[in-house]
Amino acid sequence: MASRATPLNTRPAQGEARIIAAEPYYEPVGGEIALFEAAHASQLPVLLKGPTGCGKTRFIEHMAWRLKRPLITVSCHDDLTAADLVGRYLITSNETVWIDGPLARAVRSGAICYLDEVVEARRDTTVVIHPLADDRRMLPMEKRGELLQAPPEFLLAMSYNPGYQSVLKELKHSTRQRFVAIEFQYPNAVLEEKIIRTETGADAAIATALVRLAQMTRNLKGNGLDEGASTRLLVHAAKLIARGIPPAAACHGAIAEALSDDPEMLRAIDEFVSSVF
Amino acid sequence: MTVPLSITELTHRLDYLLGPVLSSRRTAAPLAERLAALGREQQDFVLHWVEVIDRSNYEMAYQFAAAAPAALAKMDTAAAEAWILEALDTYDRDGLYHGSQVFKQIDLWLPSAADAHAAAFAQHAVVLELYACGLAGRRMKLDVAAEPYTDTETLFLPPRIAVFNDAAANFNLYKVLITLLWAQGRYGTFHTDVIAACAAYADQHRALSLLSHFETLRLESRIAAVLPGIGRDLARLRGHTSDPRCAVLQDPSATVQDSLRLLTGLYDQFEVPSLPHHTTLRAEASSTRAARLKRERSALAEALAQLLPEQATDKAPQATAGDRIEIQAKPAPGASGDFDVEIRIDGMPMAPPGHVAQLLDSILQDLGEIPDDYLHAAGSGNQAQATDNESADNGTAIANDETGTHLYNEWDHKRRHYRKDWCLLRELDVAPVDNGFVEDTLARYRPQVVQLKRSFEMLRDEDRLLKRQATGDDIDFDALVAGYADLKSGMELPDRLLTRRHKAERDLAALFMIDMSGSTKGWINDAERESLVMLCEALEVLGDRYAIYGFSGVTRKRCEIFRIKRFDEAYDDNVKQRIAGITPQDYTRMGVAIRHLTKLLNGVDARTRLLVTLSDGKPDDYSDHYRGEYGIEDTRQALIEAHHTGIKPFCITIDHEARDYLPHLYGPVNWTLVDHVERLPLKVADIYRRLTA
Repeated sequence: MASRATPLNTRPAQGEARIIAAEPYYEPVGGEIALFEAAHASQLPVLLKGPTGCGKTRFIEHMAWRLKRPLITVSCHDDLTAADLVGRYLITSNETVWIDGPLARAVRSGAICYLDEVVEARRDTTVVIHPLADDRRMLPMEKRGELLQAPPEFLLAMSYNPGYQSVLKELKHSTRQRFVAIEFQYPNAVLEEKIIRTETGADAAIATALVRLAQMTRNLKGNGLDEGASTRLLVHAAKLIARGIPPAAACHGAIAEALSDDPEMLRAIDEFVSSVF
Repeated sequence: MTVPLSITELTHRLDYLLGPVLSSRRTAAPLAERLAALGREQQDFVLHWVEVIDRSNYEMAYQFAAAAPAALAKMDTAAAEAWILEALDTYDRDGLYHGSQVFKQIDLWLPSAADAHAAAFAQHAVVLELYACGLAGRRMKLDVAAEPYTDTETLFLPPRIAVFNDAAANFNLYKVLITLLWAQGRYGTFHTDVIAACAAYADQHRALSLLSHFETLRLESRIAAVLPGIGRDLARLRGHTSDPRCAVLQDPSATVQDSLRLLTGLYDQFEVPSLPHHTTLRAEASSTRAARLKRERSALAEALAQLLPEQATDKAPQATAGDRIEIQAKPAPGASGDFDVEIRIDGMPMAPPGHVAQLLDSILQDLGEIPDDYLHAAGSGNQAQATDNESADNGTAIANDETGTHLYNEWDHKRRHYRKDWCLLRELDVAPVDNGFVEDTLARYRPQVVQLKRSFEMLRDEDRLLKRQATGDDIDFDALVAGYADLKSGMELPDRLLTRRHKAERDLAALFMIDMSGSTKGWINDAERESLVMLCEALEVLGDRYAIYGFSGVTRKRCEIFRIKRFDEAYDDNVKQRIAGITPQDYTRMGVAIRHLTKLLNGVDARTRLLVTLSDGKPDDYSDHYRGEYGIEDTRQALIEAHHTGIKPFCITIDHEARDYLPHLYGPVNWTLVDHVERLPLKVADIYRRLTA
């Protein structure tokens, strides 16, 4: 009985359901597509692990398209509470109305609900995630005294970047052990080149050079960089190059400055660029 | 202003500056005579630097003064500065003899120094190290040597390069040399013992030199395939000419054996061209490589053994590790020479953890494959492993000896440079003293403690329900009822009708850095200890994470940090007894202490990180010029570094002269003076409360 009345007090709603019509480009790295399909068929939730920009979000979009399910994405942040996921009462001029949160909408409609960067959310969100992520598959809506049973098509997916060194941003075992985990790494060189070329139309030489550059920055992880250049950054750089920006300037803007603010590190990355091009 | 100083004036100044190393036979007069011929600006430059070098060593300063007139005739002041810094760095590193040699052998330096476009290693070291690290993917050290060479772990580069009339080109040559030396290790120059291979020739030196040239040609085509930019640089340096006799080396499958065959054929007929990027091949490479292989082999065995039990415990125990683990390394497609590594354990593929992947990559770089016996070594009770482990254990033993000691740079404001690894710091525990000090203090200040706790309780943030919120989780029925009444009486419905749960998140970590110098002896020490007791009582109420460390030391070689309470330690009897056990030690070398504690504090995950110093005076140390401006500037630099990492420094002092220097160190507001020592115990906790409210 989700009401359509215009509420007075709305937060900007995130997590609208999206039907993905066209196939999002995704290059499988291993058996992840089969694994995801099997998890979906077995009604198991999925945890996507991996560094930023390695294709987790694209993968989930691809899977939503492949499984023909609507996709609801929630970008988690440190103020995200259980009520933000489940829903809340709002007050209109003459009545109180219940507005479903994105998770409740996903459960009702049998969508894929993707909680991006779930460690950022508040701890109390686990209260609603846990019963949904084990074999009960139900969403307790405490305020309405309702227990939503998830239909078989519903799938809960979360992403998590284990690269954070903060102990506070670790996923609790009670949470992570409910999920089928798929680990994402940067694709190997050949695949990464193919991705860059398909995404941007860059020629082989540019793609090879960018991948080589990415490897050099990934070598610096822990030696001045927290993360190496992600596939996403390489795609950005290739897009700029395709628009006629010289490689040095494109890589500086899209990669070097995105990775570091330290002047010496920036110089070093620029030197990588001049070596690989 | 522009009138040069006279000989008499110069003699006076030099007498004053160099007094300790002058004698009746070695006077300042000859120096002054030569300096008098210089212009005033140059004279000022020399006198300024004599004064600076004085702080390191008088003899060094004398040698500089003696060499300066000749040097300044041939180079500008920028080049001279680089020359002086090189000498000082050498002095710091290798001592007086080597340092003064840089001044004396100015002719060695001049060809490059005269060139304003020269690139100095010291100037670019950080960038070059990052470059090498990114290139190699395993640890590569850089160091200076007269000729470029590598032992496969350290890349040795010339201290200065002045081949071209262009600073960028000279810097680029550093890059080319690093790439070339890296490629020697990466593409198999040392897969064979090159020194032994050249020993048979009449002139081994010439043979090695030729071989190095052939290898450079061979590596050039390998490098060009993966790093086209460097490939172009190499071709340019070579002069774009290629000898048809060496064509075989351009084949991507050419190995060091091809170079050796070419050496046999062309030894008598080939003149080694003099190229700017010529490198030498040295015996160190094979021994270092052998040591690394041994080390990594045992490390791999250990790492694989650790992987095993997690995998399949139901496996028959007699299955040896070699049977269960399978590693396939295939050359990756493309010309990069990288490998695709796949590990299978009991037939199941697995992604190797980061450190294993790194080890495998390093071994592959050395050997080009993972030999089968590397896997067998992981089996338990294996003889080979036992011996390997022994050597690995020795390695850790040394490392263990070194734990607790740290090297830190120190800022020399006169040189405007860091002195590298200048201070040796040890972390020690304060010996606990069980004398009831804490209990006595609490008894003495009982009323104040109660009051203090109360004021801190008010600061304590608690989870609470916020009412009348515009956004929130639940309906605020009181507000709704009132609002509904408003609505019925014709007014608008207010928009603040919700409740929201406020979570207490006082995400704060504070590190207290306590001055334990000798000057705190007596009542200052008592006041410090009492302050800490009060502070701990208050902080326990608040629940903030905090740590307490004392600092002191004598000279840069014995800087000490005393643990009183670590972040992960509870405020228990042990901590109380350590507070009681704080005793005045030696001096206050603050910079290094701040650098170390900054590192500790940055290990704590908190939104706000506070570094609070409790001090009784200026930074100071025994005899080595730390007192005064040098120490203040070093401390300031250390505080700036801390600030850059997101730490908020604050200082509580009892020094009445603090106004003269603390604003310079901490900024105008981030310090406070407690006028009366006896008030310190009551004030410190209070200041903290205001600071974090």
